[in-house]
Amino acid sequence: MTSLAADASAEHPAAEVDVYEEKALGFWIYLMSDAIIFALLFATYVIMAPNHADGPTAKTLFNLGRTFGETMLLLFSSITFGFASVAIRFGKQRLALTWLAVTFVLGAGFVALEIGEFTGMYEQGAGPQRSGFLSAFFTLVGTHGLHVSTGLIWIFILSLQVLVKGLTEPVTSRLFRLGLFWHFLDIVWIGIFSIVYLPGVL
Amino acid sequence: MQTSDHSESLEPYATGFVLALVLTVIPFGLVVAGILPPFATLVIIAILAVIQVVVHLHYFLHVGQSTPSENLLTLAFAALLIFIMIGGSLWIMLDLNARMMS
Repeated sequence: MTSLAADASAEHPAAEVDVYEEKALGFWIYLMSDAIIFALLFATYVIMAPNHADGPTAKTLFNLGRTFGETMLLLFSSITFGFASVAIRFGKQRLALTWLAVTFVLGAGFVALEIGEFTGMYEQGAGPQRSGFLSAFFTLVGTHGLHVSTGLIWIFILSLQVLVKGLTEPVTSRLFRLGLFWHFLDIVWIGIFSIVYLPGVL
Repeated sequence: MQTSDHSESLEPYATGFVLALVLTVIPFGLVVAGILPPFATLVIIAILAVIQVVVHLHYFLHVGQSTPSENLLTLAFAALLIFIMIGGSLWIMLDLNARMMS
């Protein structure tokens, strides 16, 4: 799939490589099904967005500065994960762990900003039960936030594995799939700021 | 298999990052500045979002010529399903809205 997978195939016996390639394909298919889940949540949001039931609207609730901050944190975490992937490919364990730690901090910053946003909305009486617009908003953005939180736990566990086991073949292949997951989440976020936040403030 | 050196391998990520940054700053800037009519702004946001998704797929997920055909096939199938489901839902619901109003 990538040069990472290609590097692995050159160094190892065919049977062993097949296993990792199969796992990469299986994970890719999972990501595609996840993309379909998000697509349906997006469709639901677009249909529900006008139904604010005389409650707070997107214009008063959304803060573009915060959204821009969240976007930058995720984008920076994408490139730092990329740096980690390159370090892994060249077997630089310490460098890989450093970039994974930076990615974790940026991702945690994103989740912290989002939790702050959600609790702020709750305090203004704009929880998911307030209107159809808010139900759809919390479902879509919350699902993405849960994915990022899961990704953080995953980064933490794999960093421990790198520390304990080193950059062995199984650990490297797990890190490769985590990378797919992490970059995928940034793609979903492009949809969220382009469909939810920017048109909401406009 | 270390044909290229470390800094050379970082290049696609750096290129993708700069492109993604530009494609993010433009739509945010347009909304904040409010210089264009809302509809034109929405169209530009949509176009830039699609371009940015392609940039991410290419530079971060490395989808390209070396991608196995199974992966491209599932990606294309997912894209088709997403198109049918989003397009279909919006078509049905907007049509329903229009009929209820008249």
